[in-house]
Amino acid sequence: MSVHLLYAFAGAGVFTIGLFGMVFMVHLLRKLLAFNLMGSGTFLVLVGLAQHRNGVDPVPQALVLTGIVVAIAATALALVLIRRYFHLTGQVTLEPGSRDDEGHS
Amino acid sequence: MRLAAVLVLCAVFAMALVGTVWQIAGQPVGGTLPETVADAMADSGVDHPVTAVLLNFRSYDTLLEIGVLVIAAIAGISMARLPSLEDPELRTHDSLLHALQRWFLPLMWLVAGYLLWAGAVQPGGAFQAGAVLAGTGVLMRLGGMPMNFLQPRLLLRVGLALGFAVFLLVAVVSAAGGDAFLAYPEGMAKPLILLIEIFLTLSIAMVLLSLFVAAPVNDAREPAEGESE
Amino acid sequence: MMSWLMAGLLFTPLAWAVVSLLVGFRTGRWLSWVGMVLQVGASVALWFAVARESGFYYALGGWQAPLGIELQVDGLALTFVLLTAAVASACGLHAGVYLDPDKPWQRYFWPLFWFLWAGLNAVWLGADLFNLYVGLELITLSAVGLVALGGDAGALRASLRYLLAALVGSMAYLLGVALMYGQFGTLSLAGMSHLAQEYPGLEGAGLAMALMMTGLALKTALFPLHGWLPPAHGIARSPVSALLSALVVKASFFIAARLWLELGPNLGTLALAQLAGVLGALAVLWGSWLACLQPQLKQVVAYSSVAQIGYLFLLFPLTWGVTEAVSQQAQQGMTLQVISHALAKAAMFLAAGNLILSTGSNRVSDLAGVSRFLPFSLFSFGLAGVSLMSLPPTGGFAAKWLLLQASLNSGQWWWTLVLLAGGLLSAAYVFRIYRASFVEHSELDQFYHPPRRLEAIPMMLALMSLGLGLVAEPLLSVMALPFGEGG
Repeated sequence: MSVHLLYAFAGAGVFTIGLFGMVFMVHLLRKLLAFNLMGSGTFLVLVGLAQHRNGVDPVPQALVLTGIVVAIAATALALVLIRRYFHLTGQVTLEPGSRDDEGHS
Repeated sequence: MRLAAVLVLCAVFAMALVGTVWQIAGQPVGGTLPETVADAMADSGVDHPVTAVLLNFRSYDTLLEIGVLVIAAIAGISMARLPSLEDPELRTHDSLLHALQRWFLPLMWLVAGYLLWAGAVQPGGAFQAGAVLAGTGVLMRLGGMPMNFLQPRLLLRVGLALGFAVFLLVAVVSAAGGDAFLAYPEGMAKPLILLIEIFLTLSIAMVLLSLFVAAPVNDAREPAEGESE
Repeated sequence: MMSWLMAGLLFTPLAWAVVSLLVGFRTGRWLSWVGMVLQVGASVALWFAVARESGFYYALGGWQAPLGIELQVDGLALTFVLLTAAVASACGLHAGVYLDPDKPWQRYFWPLFWFLWAGLNAVWLGADLFNLYVGLELITLSAVGLVALGGDAGALRASLRYLLAALVGSMAYLLGVALMYGQFGTLSLAGMSHLAQEYPGLEGAGLAMALMMTGLALKTALFPLHGWLPPAHGIARSPVSALLSALVVKASFFIAARLWLELGPNLGTLALAQLAGVLGALAVLWGSWLACLQPQLKQVVAYSSVAQIGYLFLLFPLTWGVTEAVSQQAQQGMTLQVISHALAKAAMFLAAGNLILSTGSNRVSDLAGVSRFLPFSLFSFGLAGVSLMSLPPTGGFAAKWLLLQASLNSGQWWWTLVLLAGGLLSAAYVFRIYRASFVEHSELDQFYHPPRRLEAIPMMLALMSLGLGLVAEPLLSVMALPFGEGG
């Protein structure tokens, strides 16, 4: 077992923690952080597993860079939506609240 | 109760995942891509393999990835407050911050430029440089500089789209000459990649900064279909 | 020639996204009409070119797989490219008239629309697992942006829910890609397929494929992971709902189907295939049942999408461990189901939008008396419903007929029960709308007639889905176009 494989196992663990957060947490920011954890876990697996098999491999490193940018874009979009949602309803979760936004969800 | 259920599910998932990683690590099959990359490096126009993969071998990924960033920015500015970006809460009159800014801003611009240049031979490149540049912008913003170009008008939209547009033009120009889409003409790879990277840096910084600045939201809303305004 | 067509097909939507970002809604509208003509032209010309020669791999940047990214221009991809050209143009034309050009945020509709189109084409043509991921995210983010555009709290909640579900789905898919790369050392689907054939018994890769398919099922809203779909599709502007239901959910399904058809024979298991089929069957029943209960018009249509997506997942059991002929039947049935559902559902959502515009309400019960005004849109809605009910000669009928034959020929008779029950249930929810609109004693005396063009577009789509069964043969011949390696 190489040290790279250790990264892959750690990535599997981090991904699972993120998945737990995504399923269990209700606060939108926590869900978003959980999504980012899932992303980091995935990137660890991607690089770790590839380096275990190939040694230093530029392809997964480039993929991770692309993946990070995509994750940043998704995170930023989610933050903008969450902020506007909070601005309009005062809520931080997706549970329908008591405000005037009922009736068409 | 719910916690226990989710925990059990996640534990099962984690074990399956670790098992899968173990299985795969034990019996890899197929060729090795790094050698193929190393063989093609001479034709790539850059010396750093990651940059070569990003901007030459798999440039289609990068093109679409910049598209994803632009989409996020579009969604961001579609919610921006139109008349003014001035957020009094963000204004600070901390003289220490102002003094530091005077020193840091040129330094950070220099770092961004270096990161962009370094991308050809070592880790670095457009995204890293753009991120540093956007950080500079955030610092300026927090220091209370107005930065009117960030208002959601034509100038900002041009800035957001510039890097993507340049990339796309380079991609299509060689296709018009009968080559494949995204192929660089013979011997032109190095200057074209540098050109793309410069404009990408600017646009990436613009996207990230506009997402930071556009965050103040307006109250205008469109009622759901079938509701009266 | 071929090279120019491919470049045009990839370039047009991206270029139009950039240009329409710089202009206002009205200018963007006529620019987009020009773009649609170009894009439809490129798609059709590519079809002719492929029919004359044969399908091919298109190496982007001149770098062949596994080093570079290759696009797989085959019959199946072309079928979907053509379908997208037809449906997206219809939705775009409708949106240009339907959306309020004076709202400041509507100018962002066009760039998001074109990015969405670019993402869809990237997925149909993609043959590289990571590139498919980027294409999926391009679709997801622009779709979420479209749902949220100018929306109120309800729309934001729906789009956030959609975004979070879609992100989990794509992350699960990406993790699967990471595992696959660790297994095969390549990202090209064709390369993986060869290796999987050469080395049977790779259990790890089988699990990775199951993980990817789970993520994609979440993005396709397969029962029981469908919770995010009805709010998002129900609350978006009607042209956006039409795009989402007709095309966007098909993208993730398409990837799952591609994976299954390429890798399934070696990495799939009977359990996985049957599980996908059972969940699809439950989606048909549960989605249709909930569609019968919804008080709001667009929610009925949205739940009907959940049900119709269920049929698609019968592809998995019907192509696993069966003869080549049965597998062909199932694939043809799936393709026809995608096409007929895309046309019918786009027609339904656009017609529903017109009805809402006319009556000023989204509730089914407020349709009372609408039939007296003889709205054209109600008729289009009904025609599209006929296709969903799968009565002959509609495309829905042809699709289910093929699926029925495939299930009988493979000895999996239990799927036929689902096909029959689903048809009956969809009749129930379509007739429910009709019953409401024919209520005589209503107070409705004001009725707004939408512009003629708004009414013509759903009618055309509905007629297309209706006549699809008559032209099923030539349509399926696109899918069966020959594919030559290289080229």
